[in-house]
Amino acid sequence: MKNENLYKYILGVADNSLILGQRIGELCGHGPSLETDIACTNVSLDLFGQVRSYFQYAAEIAGEGKTEDDIAFLRREREYKNVLLVEQPNTNFAYTIVRQFLFDVYHLLFLQELQNSTDETLVAIAKKSIKEVSYHERFSTDWVKRLGDGSEVSRQKIQEAINNLWTYTDELFHQTDADKAMVAAGIGVDVTLLKEKYYETVNTGLEIATIATPESKWFQKGGKVGVHTEHLGFMLSDMQYMQRTYPNMEW
Amino acid sequence: MMTPQIDKKLHPILAQVSDPEIPVLSILEMGVVRAAQIVNGIVEVVITPTYSGCPAMDVIGDDIKKTLKENGYDATIKLVLSPAWTTDWITEKGRKALLDYGIAPPLEAEADKDVLLGSKKLVGCPQCGSTNTKMVSQFGSTACKAFFQCEDCLEPFDYFKCLK
Repeated sequence: MKNENLYKYILGVADNSLILGQRIGELCGHGPSLETDIACTNVSLDLFGQVRSYFQYAAEIAGEGKTEDDIAFLRREREYKNVLLVEQPNTNFAYTIVRQFLFDVYHLLFLQELQNSTDETLVAIAKKSIKEVSYHERFSTDWVKRLGDGSEVSRQKIQEAINNLWTYTDELFHQTDADKAMVAAGIGVDVTLLKEKYYETVNTGLEIATIATPESKWFQKGGKVGVHTEHLGFMLSDMQYMQRTYPNMEW
Repeated sequence: MMTPQIDKKLHPILAQVSDPEIPVLSILEMGVVRAAQIVNGIVEVVITPTYSGCPAMDVIGDDIKKTLKENGYDATIKLVLSPAWTTDWITEKGRKALLDYGIAPPLEAEADKDVLLGSKKLVGCPQCGSTNTKMVSQFGSTACKAFFQCEDCLEPFDYFKCLK
């Protein structure tokens, strides 16, 4: 494939949104209240919309009649290159909202930089997505503060979610070889430069939420090279059910 | 590019196509149509989504084709992301139509932030006009709206979020 690094780069970026979109979409009909249920599915819808733009572009690069649906539904677990953070389950609403918060802060910083890419299509997607993701970040940050600085129980749950998800944050700033090649070409975002600002923003949010920042410096990694936690396989079997059961079906 | 390039002959035809989720608003008033020109007898229509995941886009594309066909034109639809749609492209007439329909039209960016963070009360209730309103949820019935309630007449309503 010509432009193989670009193809890999786009999939790496888009898989984060696809898997998170699927995860938060699981709240559809199961949210703790009607308003949060609708909010979560709206976030999911935005993410899927963004993913479609990325995958359509990737399919174009891949050629050979590949479609966005092939990329979304017909890959195996190891071929998904999302970070481990976004595949973590909705253990309870605290986990859902903390996972969202930890990703949204990153996502916004990432899109701000992607707007400076030399690739016109990626710039267009970034400029479109950034407006939506600003709302996501506001929503998740708001809830972290509300629950963190809420009752004894909500505070303890948010703290527990932060403590357990913290280990997945460092991977957001890892780079694959394709990522590095795209950064060198002026197309990709150098995520290592976002790290400082990321932790600063997250820590400020946690401070207002009266939540302690975990001190652990031991971080999990693997998603970006396709080595996932056990949660992804179960999610994919759900997500890919229709395409696997009725191959080539269309809506 | 901010002013859509729409062929005068096509204008009245496209004005008949409405947003499937907000039927009082035509797609022209919504600012979704960015260009419509007749090239070699075929109409080329360029549309842009309000939100990336807006499920109405496929329907809008089909409705445009159908309406143009009824008026004797074949059409192709092209979807573009750039420049990204903004609520500034909703026309004055469109804003009025939203309000009459019971949806509070978008405020300016700064004001929008204030109301969504709950620091100021600026959104007017489409029913009674009072600005004594509160946000119930940042996300409403569709991706483009937040959910509000009037504290005077107690009616719940949608607020069209500012997108710039």
